[in-house]
Amino acid sequence: MKKLFALSLSVLTLWAVSLFFVAPDDAQADEIKIGAIIAETGGAAFLGIPEARTLRMLTDEVNARGGVAGNTIKLIIKDSGGDPAKAVSFAKQLIEEEKVFAIIGPSTSGETMAIKDICDKNKTLLVSCASTKAIVDPVAKHVFKTPQNDSLAVEMIYLEMQKKGISKIAVAVGGTGFGKMGGKFLNEMAPQFGITVLENEVYDPKSTDLSSLVTKFMANKEVEAVVNWSIVPAQAILAKNMRQAGWDVPLFLSHGFGNIKYVELGGAALEGVFFPAGRLLVADSLPESHPQKAVLVKYTTDYQAMFNNEPVSTFGGHAYDAFKILCKGIETVGKADTAMVIDAIENMTFVGTGGIFTLTPTDHSGLKLEAFEMLTVKDGKFALAN
Amino acid sequence: MNPDLFFQYMLAGITYGFLYAIVAIGFNIIYNTTGIINFAQGEFVMLGGMFAITLNNILPLPLAIAAAVVITMLIGALLEILFIRWLDNPSVLRMIIITIGLSILIRELALHFWGETVFSLPYFTGNELSTVSILGAKVSPQVLWVIGVSIIMVTALSLFFKFTFTGQQMRACAANRLAARLCGINAKNMVTFSFMLSAGIGAVAGSVISPITYTQYDIGPGLAIKGFTVAILGGLGNSVAAVIAGLLLGLIESFSIIVIPLAFQEAVSISILLIILFVRPHGLFGRSDTASLKEF
Repeated sequence: MKKLFALSLSVLTLWAVSLFFVAPDDAQADEIKIGAIIAETGGAAFLGIPEARTLRMLTDEVNARGGVAGNTIKLIIKDSGGDPAKAVSFAKQLIEEEKVFAIIGPSTSGETMAIKDICDKNKTLLVSCASTKAIVDPVAKHVFKTPQNDSLAVEMIYLEMQKKGISKIAVAVGGTGFGKMGGKFLNEMAPQFGITVLENEVYDPKSTDLSSLVTKFMANKEVEAVVNWSIVPAQAILAKNMRQAGWDVPLFLSHGFGNIKYVELGGAALEGVFFPAGRLLVADSLPESHPQKAVLVKYTTDYQAMFNNEPVSTFGGHAYDAFKILCKGIETVGKADTAMVIDAIENMTFVGTGGIFTLTPTDHSGLKLEAFEMLTVKDGKFALAN
Repeated sequence: MNPDLFFQYMLAGITYGFLYAIVAIGFNIIYNTTGIINFAQGEFVMLGGMFAITLNNILPLPLAIAAAVVITMLIGALLEILFIRWLDNPSVLRMIIITIGLSILIRELALHFWGETVFSLPYFTGNELSTVSILGAKVSPQVLWVIGVSIIMVTALSLFFKFTFTGQQMRACAANRLAARLCGINAKNMVTFSFMLSAGIGAVAGSVISPITYTQYDIGPGLAIKGFTVAILGGLGNSVAAVIAGLLLGLIESFSIIVIPLAFQEAVSISILLIILFVRPHGLFGRSDTASLKEF
């Protein structure tokens, strides 16, 4: 009996081992592994959830069409929860164990900065869905990103303030990598636009009430507008607390506000806020002749058909752009060769959801100020501000 | 500082204060009957909010909240019966570890059921823009709801402990468990009841604060730490002291932003907790001789 058991055990083991060793070899010939580090949970989940959904949708779509240059895409999504430490270990795992061709994400700037060097040193392509300029400045050969630079968003906001004759502002940022970098640019760039930052505060990303912060800002009677730079749900709380305190100065938010879920959270308090964003959120209002129109409408229609009419967000758009740029690079070259694909991407013009990308060896972001529109919230929906 | 601003800070502080106080009272009730700190108290607040939000899809708001409170109370009772009741003379440390485990368990289950999404109940009166003017300061009407509900709860609890038979039995258990049992009080039932009561209070709190703070599966630990600080600050076991201590901490947090950047607000409350633990472990309003009678 014992012998029989040992025998069957060893047969089973052999079979299991063979599964591990033989199967991948068969598939490897025409499979490209793409890793993705996405904050599907945690404070940045409003970014990560649409990103992950978009990537899964696009992978299925591409594979159904026969793959990229004859290769099927195998997508491996890791949920980092927005935590830079987790992003680092997932990046190492994807590079060393899964040997992925490229990594899409992470969702947040803090995470991307944490793995920028790891990817570059290991010669693994990284197309980030996070926004801060530091990701592509200085340029790392293997690192690209799809969202508009935060410095551009700051410029957009300051130009709008100039138009409105606002020159004295208060700045509140969420305590994440994105918030801190935004605060840095807001303060550094203000003098160029004749704007003075009178108050600076950082709030805990898990804040539940910011009324004392609002009171502090209100106490400074010279403040003409507030900028709230954040990607966490607390950005809606600040708006609520301002309006509840009866303070109605203009409120500017960052491009980290581009998910309608934030509007649902803050409700009426978010009516009339200003924030710069790509055109995805207002695709309907664009004229037919706009070069981005077709891309935006197709992505919106596909996404909504797939996910129960859920409104699209700019974040899903960033993942769309990242995935498409990678695919276009591989298609141009005809195979998954890192150096050649980078070469292709560095000479690429691509019409995406975030704008029209003109990528060069010195510009790994490829978007200009024109990629933005100034948006507002009207009757609970995103709308063009001007 | 002009008076308007002073009151604006003060109202912010009072809102935080009552929030912390309700959680602290939940700690106190269980502490009084069992001598342990229930670290899953914050999770009761979360569950109350979550159930109310979910039920509000099919029920009108008051009914949804009432149902959420009942469900959370049943969960509180169930947890006690499953994990605490059958333990034979457990050490305090063991029970505390159990409650920490429970808090993690509840949080993970909530993550499974409700996901990551941030939810909130609608404002009880008005909406996000409604404000009420008090002494020149403006606040959301929901703040008044939080303050009102807290005051009613604290009063009702004091009356309950003083004048009802069950309340008196619970107090007897708190004072001397053995003597209470000798008098024929079922101490085990009283413990179960204290879990139900504090779960219920947590659930009410979770519902009233939801429009202000939003509700997410992981709001529990943050609230529990603040509530714990307040319970210690006031002196464990004393609910009226918890309200005063809560207000004190809330006001300190709110006014601290004038001199200390907001980013350090958490550090302020943790420092207060540490100082109290070192200097006056029996709390501001507790007496050291009675505190030493309780076993830790």
